[in-house]
Formats: sequence, structure tokens, C-alpha cells
Amino acid sequence: MTAPPDVSSAGAPAEPEAMLEGVRNTAGRSLGQIAWQRFKRDKVAMGGGIVVLVLILIALLAPVLTALFGAPPTQYHQDLIDPLTGGALRDPADPASGLDPWGGISAEHLLGLEPVNGRDLFSRIVYGAQISLLVAFGATLLCVVIGSVLGIVAGYFGGWVDTLISRAMDIFLAFPLLLFAMALAGVIPDGSFGLEGNSLRVAVLIFIIGFFNWPYIGRIVRGQTLSLREREFVDAARSLGAGSGHILFRELLPNLVAPILVYSTLLIPTNIIFEASLSFLGVGINPPTPSWGGMLASALNTYTTSPHFVVIPGLAIFITVLAFNLLGDGLRDALDPRSQ
Amino acid sequence: MLAYILRRLGAGVLLLAIISLVTFAIFYIVPRLAGRTTEQLAAMYVGRAPTPEAIQATIDRLGLDEPIPLQYWEFVRGIFMGAEYRFGRQIVECNAPCLGYSFQDYTEVWPTILDRLPVTVSLAIGASVIWLIAGIGVGVVSAIKKGSWFDRVAMGVALGGVSLPIFFTGLIALAFLSYQWGIFPDVGYVPFTESPADWAYHLVLPWFTLAFLHAALYARLTRAGMLETMSEDYIRTARAKGLPERRVVMKHGLRPTLTPILTIFGLDLGLVLGGAVVTEQVFSLNGIGRYAVVAIASSDLPVILGVTLVGAVFIVLANLVVDLLYAWIDPRVRI
Repeated sequence: MTAPPDVSSAGAPAEPEAMLEGVRNTAGRSLGQIAWQRFKRDKVAMGGGIVVLVLILIALLAPVLTALFGAPPTQYHQDLIDPLTGGALRDPADPASGLDPWGGISAEHLLGLEPVNGRDLFSRIVYGAQISLLVAFGATLLCVVIGSVLGIVAGYFGGWVDTLISRAMDIFLAFPLLLFAMALAGVIPDGSFGLEGNSLRVAVLIFIIGFFNWPYIGRIVRGQTLSLREREFVDAARSLGAGSGHILFRELLPNLVAPILVYSTLLIPTNIIFEASLSFLGVGINPPTPSWGGMLASALNTYTTSPHFVVIPGLAIFITVLAFNLLGDGLRDALDPRSQ
Repeated sequence: MLAYILRRLGAGVLLLAIISLVTFAIFYIVPRLAGRTTEQLAAMYVGRAPTPEAIQATIDRLGLDEPIPLQYWEFVRGIFMGAEYRFGRQIVECNAPCLGYSFQDYTEVWPTILDRLPVTVSLAIGASVIWLIAGIGVGVVSAIKKGSWFDRVAMGVALGGVSLPIFFTGLIALAFLSYQWGIFPDVGYVPFTESPADWAYHLVLPWFTLAFLHAALYARLTRAGMLETMSEDYIRTARAKGLPERRVVMKHGLRPTLTPILTIFGLDLGLVLGGAVVTEQVFSLNGIGRYAVVAIASSDLPVILGVTLVGAVFIVLANLVVDLLYAWIDPRVRI
């Protein structure tokens, strides 16, 4: 079974320190510390974690980065665009100089220009990170809340409650997700729920992705709860007169933090791709707000003249998703000794 | 065995009922929750010319002012029994399964879906064959030669593969393999009946693009499953009996590994048959997935609704087939 991580709250199961009583000089380490030691040794996972931190910083500092290194993300630079093909000009001073094979990458435009409008790609990528991470984190949080609560309830109570919740999870997993998400995004009119424009789009995306993906977390939490509820500390709490609410959220939940953490880290990349797919299909964020999936949708019309416009947003998605995958794999290895 | 089949069939029918209910809710209840009045809801179903008369006719036809359960009943009845549509003074019969009419060109949705199905099926079958063979093959070899250079390279590629969205790999394939270097043809679909060679040649890029992501996932799953199975006691027993390693791997190792993968394959195949939305959009293949994408751009609700339902049916059917296959591979589930 997955070893519980460092648990600070009262009523945790047998602490390793307790078992080490009498051999104090060996300096006890909590399971959290052991996991951290293991994680630190895993170079690949550390790399993933660092990239994730950098990405979060980039998203938070988007206005600063854009002011320092780019142009505003919605400012057109059509003087740098070849009017014939819509790609970036080889020589901005000469409108007849033809296409730049590098897509207009220069000191002013670090990642080149968007075809046709000539907007600065660097700032659009940086602002795109905001949307991508905001939706992915929001949706994952929603998955975790719904999945943990329902999973823990199903696993602890068993019986018809478990049957009901488990069947619901099966049904959610059997849904044609993308089609349903497209349909839902399509029928919600602007101005619904007191929200407008892109704040509504972001809320809708978070809700759709979170609401349909929670069973992945739910199944794991349910499985872990099934085995945890047989453990002595649960019996002990019950014999002391603890109610179900206390046992569920004060006794069991702290022991489920590790698997929840691991699987939500692994769910983030899935949700990033989901958001990008919806934006690619035209039901995500509305232009002119930049989103990585939306950029690739426009790249579908310009890939013949501006292949760099395919590569750069695509790489942004790839690097982000890969970093989260590496971090998640590393966390799992560190927190779950069985997977070694 | 019969009881098992009946139970699975029953579960499939129940799932379909729930999915139809959810689809109904998405199109008839969610817009109301989002604050649309009956008239505005009806206007969504009228199409391009929402005159007050047309809106009133739609309210009557769909029963939008009736209680919700009655509306759901009408919705289901339309699918099974067909319905009548009024365009001005003209009455049009929509035969079962009636999924309504497209607002854009006033064609029936169900026959259009049938028309486009060969494209989606060609894409799905070809890609799934590739990803099954490649994914399981690579996974097995990786597990047997754990730690070798093959394992490292394969798992590195697989990790990259699960991190690459289809619309990125597809666009790269289009921009470079098709446009810049001209190895593969441009987008388009040639029916199998016209020329099997051209059919396959035009589908090679979409097949591999769609298969790559899945193959990467299956390789990771197969490797993990094989590693777990191969450390079981009965594998040691099989080796101790003196069975050739090939037989140990193929018969004792692979079989229990494949059962969970088969379940996932059922879901994936059903999903792709219901419209490989992204792949079809990237390669401009006019399958049922692209039908829905184009419909969304023009708020063509009946089309979106129809494709969603058909997609769900595919998933349920694929799951059913897999459940039955499962019973055949693994006798334990029949009990």
C-alpha cells in the first residue's frame, strides 16, 4: 500500500518516529522527508519540477516579460508581413524581399511574428501560458475536490453508496468527452451566470474539464480508502466515539494526500491538452486573447508559408505537458516505494 | 455465460438511456439554467430566420413549453419513431432514427452521418491496428529487455508521445512531410471502393498521427503490466517446468497483461469511431467528428446533438464488444 506521507495532524497512523524509540541517535526521518530525499536524487523529476516552476513564473510575470522583451500581444505589425503570402518578411525594409524562413525571429521579436497580423509571438506565447495554466489548475482543483469527496465516501461507506458512485464513475469514463465538451461550450450563451466574454469562457472550460475528469481521481481515492478503512487507526478512532465526518476528513483524508497529489500532478497535463484541444476546435478562449490551442488552429491555415507558427506554440504545449508528466512520475516514484 | 451477456447488455442499454438523458439536458436544460427563455431556446433551433411565427412553431414542435419529462419523452420518441417537421406550409417526414435537420443546408442529420461514417471508420480501424501492434509490441520488448538501450529509447519516445497533442504532430506532419518535402499527399479522402491504394496512401499520415499518441500510451501500459506479471510466482513455475521462454512470455505473461489493455482499447476505439474530432479537423477529413466541429462554428445545434449521441452509442457498443471478448479471454469474469 502507498505509504502515508508526513502527516502533521493528530490521529495519524503509527509514526515512524514512534517505532524508532530507543534508537534516537539514528535521527528519525518522517516519510515526507524520506520522499523528499528520494525525489531530490531523481534528476529528471527535479528538472520537470524546475521547468514547471519557471512556467508558473512566466505566466505570473507575463505583463513584465512582455514589457521587457516583446510587444503588446494584440498589437499588429503588418509592416513586417509579406502582403502576398502573409508570412514574415525576410527584410522588413523591403516589401519585395520574400518570406523569412525563420518567421521573423529578431531581437525585437524573440519568437518571430504571427502570420497575417504580425502580432509578436513571444508575448502571445507568454500570455497563452496564463490561460493554459489557469484553466488546467482550476479544472484539476475541481477534479480533486469532486473526486476526493466522492471517492472517499464511496470507499468508506461501501454498500449501495459505493455502487451508486462507482457506476457514476463508469458512466463518466464512458462519455465521448470531447464531443460533450464541445456541445456544452456551444450551448452556453455569452452573459450566462453573470459572466461575460473570456471570464465566462475560462469558467466554462474549468467546469467542463473538471466535471468530466473527476472519476480518474475518484477511482484512485476510492481504492485507497477501501484498504485504509480496515486499518487499526480507523478502528481506534471509531472506538473513541469519532463520527463518520471526523473519520473521513480528519483520519482518512490526511493519509490520502500522497496519492491525490501524485494523480493531480498527472492530471494537469491531460487537462492542459484538453483545454488546448477545445481552443483548437474553436470552443475555447475567444480571440484576440492568445491561447496555445487557438494559435495552432490558425496555424492550420498558414502552415505552408509559416511553419514556425506550428512549431512554437506546439513546443510550448509539449514542454509544459512533458514537464508536468516528468514531475508527476517523479512524485509517484518518491511517494510510492512499491513503484521502485 | 448467458447471464453474463444479458447483464452486460442490460448495462449497455442503461448507459445509453443515461447518455441520452445527459445529451437532452445539455441541449434543453443547460441553456435555461444559463438564463435563456423558452423563446430564445426555440430561436436556437429555428436556424437562420427566427421570425416570431417560426419560433412559435418550434416551441410547439419541440414542446418547449411543456414539462421537462414530457419534453424528454418527445425527444426519445423522435429518435425511435421519427417525427414530422414543418417548413412553412410544407410538412416533411423525418424517418427514425430522426436526429433532426441541419440549419445550414436543411439536410437530415442521420443520413449525413451515415454518409460520412466510412471516412471515420477508415481512419479509426487503420489507426487502431497500428497503435495496437506498435504499442503492445514495443511494450513487451521493453519489459523483457528492461534497462536495455531499446527500453530506454522506446520509453523516452513514449513519454514524449503522450505529451504531444494530436493537433501538433498532425500539423508538423502536414507542414513538413506533406508540404515541404512532398513525401505524402495533401489532405483529402479517396473512398476505398474507388482505389484501395489511393485510399491507404491518403490516410497514412492521419493514421500514424492518431496512432502515435495511443501507441505511446499502450507501450507504457503494456510495459508496466508485463513487468508486474513477469514477477508473479506462476511465471517462475512455468520457467521451472522448462517451458521455452517464448512460450512463457507469450502465453503466461502476455495474456493477463492484455486484459486491462483490452478494456482501454474498447473505450479508445469507441471514442475514435464516434469522431476522431481533432485528427479529422487537422487533415480536413470529412468524417463525423469534423461534421460536429463545422456545426459548432455555425451554431448548428441538431448536428452537434446528433453527432454527440451517435458518438456515445459507439462507445457503448465498443464497450459491450470488449466486455464479451473479456469473458472469452479471461474465464474468471464469467462467474
